[in-house]
Amino acid sequence: MPTEAAELVFDEATKVYPGRDAAAVDHLSLTVPAGEICVLVGPSGGGKTTALKLVNRLIPLTSGYIRIDGTQIGDYDVTELRRSIGYVIQQVGLFPHMTVGGNIGTVPRLLGWQKQRIRERVGELLELVGLDPEKDRKRYPSELSGGQRQRVGLARALAANPALMLMDEPFGAIDPIVRARLQDEFLRLQQELRKTVVFVTHDVDEAIKVGDRIAILRQGGTLAQYDTPQRILEHPVDDFVADFVGRDRALKALTLKTVGELELAPATEDGLPRLPADTSLRDALAIIVAERRDALLVVGPDGSPLGVVTREDLLR
Amino acid sequence: MSGLRLADGPVIPDFGQGSACLRHNHWFCTSWVRANWGDTFQPALLQHIYLTLLAVGIGFGISFVLAIIAFRFRVFGPPLGAMSDFLYCIPSIALFVLLVPVTGLTVTTLVIPLVAYTLFVLYPNILAGLRGVPPEVLESARGMGLTRRQIFWRVELPLAVPAIMAGLRVATVATISIATIAAIVLYYGLGGPIFEGDQPP
Repeated sequence: MPTEAAELVFDEATKVYPGRDAAAVDHLSLTVPAGEICVLVGPSGGGKTTALKLVNRLIPLTSGYIRIDGTQIGDYDVTELRRSIGYVIQQVGLFPHMTVGGNIGTVPRLLGWQKQRIRERVGELLELVGLDPEKDRKRYPSELSGGQRQRVGLARALAANPALMLMDEPFGAIDPIVRARLQDEFLRLQQELRKTVVFVTHDVDEAIKVGDRIAILRQGGTLAQYDTPQRILEHPVDDFVADFVGRDRALKALTLKTVGELELAPATEDGLPRLPADTSLRDALAIIVAERRDALLVVGPDGSPLGVVTREDLLR
Repeated sequence: MSGLRLADGPVIPDFGQGSACLRHNHWFCTSWVRANWGDTFQPALLQHIYLTLLAVGIGFGISFVLAIIAFRFRVFGPPLGAMSDFLYCIPSIALFVLLVPVTGLTVTTLVIPLVAYTLFVLYPNILAGLRGVPPEVLESARGMGLTRRQIFWRVELPLAVPAIMAGLRVATVATISIATIAAIVLYYGLGGPIFEGDQPP
């Protein structure tokens, strides 16, 4: 099992639950390139979670193949396969009788790491997910908030440096403000770690924000479209996808770019509202609408003016 | 006067000197306990503790095995539960006496019914504890690559401990109580002096 980010391939993967006629996942074929986040999104009954659990064999395939770096998942020892894949679920599922440190060290312990190495790794991971490496490791899950628990869940999944992460609605049970922060931190982590990630959500906005690629599944577990967020928003293949991403898909597409990425006109006018360069086009448009302006002044992190963005620039 | 004859000695036997408590027939006399501690109470208490520990220990072992069987193979759950319920229905006095022809006037005769009664409390408690592990905890354990055995010893069993301890507590208290009745067949434990004191002179 590779420890570097691995390419994941679904090849005609199909799951029919015993006693059912209809497939839950129907001939799903897609490739997640190494180091990218693939978001599985779709209505309930679309087989998102089933598709995810096929990968670590929590659910056995009915037919078809799934390959990690070219090797079929069935060729791995199932325990070994699971230990080398990070798995994060919505309810987190921390072990209530173990401390945070004990939880995070679970897979390293199973893999027989030295105590000292586990200790260091736990500290490293706690710091990575924004918790206190000394204080928080001794706490029990019942003492943590929902957001903290999910951070620990993420750290636990990362413990043995897996090549692949499976995340099943990881931020689904968390309030919107903390969820947005966790999404941001997760993306920042991903910049650093470059894992291959399969991420399940039913929230289109989350999919657009988090995904390098989005796979939209429809009822019956067939793939409707697999593309970058940009392409899905601008060129939905059919009415189902267009409906699913919503009437405001043009607005959603504006969230994908920041004003700093636009070509800005030199600043000439005075007294324009100032806007940090990392503001999304959508937020910039919202400010233009709210303030009834035609243009905004874009400023760098140090507050120096970079240029002017106009309403026409945003709508182009 | 011809029909009456004086007794040769006193009609009431001489019991010697008793404390004021004894002479006035009080409800509880510490002096009497102190006087009879060495020859009656201490041995009876030790026997009682031994009997309780033995019964709860054996009962726990049997219940644990039965609970694991029922936990692994769901079909065994209800019949094993019904069996432990049924055993508890048998009146203890009857059960002690019924065993005398089989195992004789031995401590074994006392232990068997006591063990049978502990199952009623211990088996369902252990099973409920094992089954009470939250499904998301089991799913994450499986997803992380714990084997079936590792999940049992590292997750399910530790999480069942509170339920198991609660069962042991009730079973121990119940056994201490029922063990008293065991003295109906054999002078053993704290029931011995009670039954003896209850006999007509």
